[in-house]
Amino acid sequence: MANVITDETIEYVGILAKLELSDEEREQAKTDMGRMLDYIDKLAELDTTGIEPMSHVFPVQNVFREDVVTNGDESEKTLKNAPGEKDNMFMVPKTFD
Amino acid sequence: MDILSYSAVELSAAVKEGKVTAVEAMEAVLSRIDERESDINAYVTIDREQALKAAAAVQEKIEKGELTGPLAGVPVAVKDNLCTEGMRTTCSSKILENFVPTYSAEAVLNLEKAGAVMVGKTNMDEFAMGSTTETSAYGVTRNPWNTDHVPGGSSGGSAAAVAAGECFFALGSDTGGSIRQPASFCGVVGLKPTYGTVSRYGLVAYGSSLDQIGPLTKNVADCAAVLETIASYDRKDSTSINRKKEKKDTDFTTALVEDVKGMKIGIPKDYLGEGLDSEVKNAVLAAAELLAAKGAVVEEFDLSLVAYAIPTYYTIAAAEASSNLERFDGIKYGYRTEKFEGLHDLYKKTRSEGFGAEVKRRIMLGSFVLSSGYYDAYYLKALKVKAMIKKAFDDAFAKYDLILGPVAPTTAPKLGDSLQDPLKMYLGDIYTIAVNLAGLPAISLPCGTDSKGLPIGLQLIADSFQEKKLIQAAYTYEQNKTKCVE
Repeated sequence: MANVITDETIEYVGILAKLELSDEEREQAKTDMGRMLDYIDKLAELDTTGIEPMSHVFPVQNVFREDVVTNGDESEKTLKNAPGEKDNMFMVPKTFD
Repeated sequence: MDILSYSAVELSAAVKEGKVTAVEAMEAVLSRIDERESDINAYVTIDREQALKAAAAVQEKIEKGELTGPLAGVPVAVKDNLCTEGMRTTCSSKILENFVPTYSAEAVLNLEKAGAVMVGKTNMDEFAMGSTTETSAYGVTRNPWNTDHVPGGSSGGSAAAVAAGECFFALGSDTGGSIRQPASFCGVVGLKPTYGTVSRYGLVAYGSSLDQIGPLTKNVADCAAVLETIASYDRKDSTSINRKKEKKDTDFTTALVEDVKGMKIGIPKDYLGEGLDSEVKNAVLAAAELLAAKGAVVEEFDLSLVAYAIPTYYTIAAAEASSNLERFDGIKYGYRTEKFEGLHDLYKKTRSEGFGAEVKRRIMLGSFVLSSGYYDAYYLKALKVKAMIKKAFDDAFAKYDLILGPVAPTTAPKLGDSLQDPLKMYLGDIYTIAVNLAGLPAISLPCGTDSKGLPIGLQLIADSFQEKKLIQAAYTYEQNKTKCVE
């Protein structure tokens, strides 16, 4: 396997992805990601000099609209989905002391 | 006539003629669900009471002449990544186990306006990541043709529900083949429209630059009618295209014409090469011969870069997924972990407990290819190859009206065979995935069965905005194939 994924890399990617992996998951992730990257490395065979990266297939522009509210107050319905709610607001754990 | 043997369009016509009511149609579907659902598990959520109530309301409007469209009174199943107001929408993930949207997806609203009646929400691979519907947190869906086999994915529940008569048609979403491949495995028709044709508003995003919503139906005529109903310009989706204004016509049902005379059809040589099952190959080539016999000009050609589509796709899709799925953090909706110390720990534990293995795998890969130091080598490189792949299709469509090939290298694999080797599973997407990268429309339709009795799918691909060519060729094939069988 050409791409060897180290513990440090997996740790770093875990921080970026906000995922906490078990030891078993971590080992599996190292193998899986290494194999996928080996496969993706196939793209290096192609000469892409001078080619513009294409994020959208059609020549679309930004879409703007007037800043006018069109929907009503749905806070009650929205908060019904909240895992934690207090006084018509989302309740989250303390973020600083 | 047995109600369930009607197509969607036939059923609606029968309702308008007073031969059957929308309520009877819904009852027939629900009773089929009672018979088959314990084996198949096509649905995550069904609301019988609401379905019957809605059917009765639609029946009344049909009788009053207020609903006259081709889908009025027809029971529809909706993939569980499309938001439905008041009905749980899980994306087949634990992290959305209790999420009830406050609004409906635009495509769902378009169907409701046309008088289609929702049966429930169909099972899928978690967040549409998978090719078998085995990564669902709510159990696997089984193929109605043989319950030892997968229905395909990620819209496996939608395809299985149509095939089993547990609805008359369904909505799915297609990011790399997720409508076409399950349609192929379940012997139904599935179409992925040109990017921007159907509003993505209310579709839970996976790979935003690739995702499109489309129909899964019993036949090509239903497919055209459903596409015509759900295609709309929507200001709420910034990538929505105003096809009517730009005269890129959306009167898809007018293309239900039996005629392929002079139509130029190319078969990419690389779509018939190594890895393709011989029975699939033979069935696809027989379909090409039928079209040639009806007057199409069919030839093989070299579509370049075929082998590069999968690595390009998995880089881009994983990158977009890692960004799109950041929103699931246990704060505003969905699952939240029970024990945590502080906000950061809440995020990590919620996501680690809420997401399944395949979703985590893609988020990790996506985070990696977007990370500093690797962005240019992987993500940017993939976007450049995407441009090359689009160019290869542009060159092909300068010569051909349609590209023809298989949908998948094999028929439906057995349950449990695919997930052990993710890379091998990804390779099964080889014929469908480039279409999403290039934003093209493509249709999958049944073209026979293999020696195991499992359906084989034929894929037709058209240039952007040329769905009518797809529909015309598919309809011609379907009509003549039926005649051959009879």
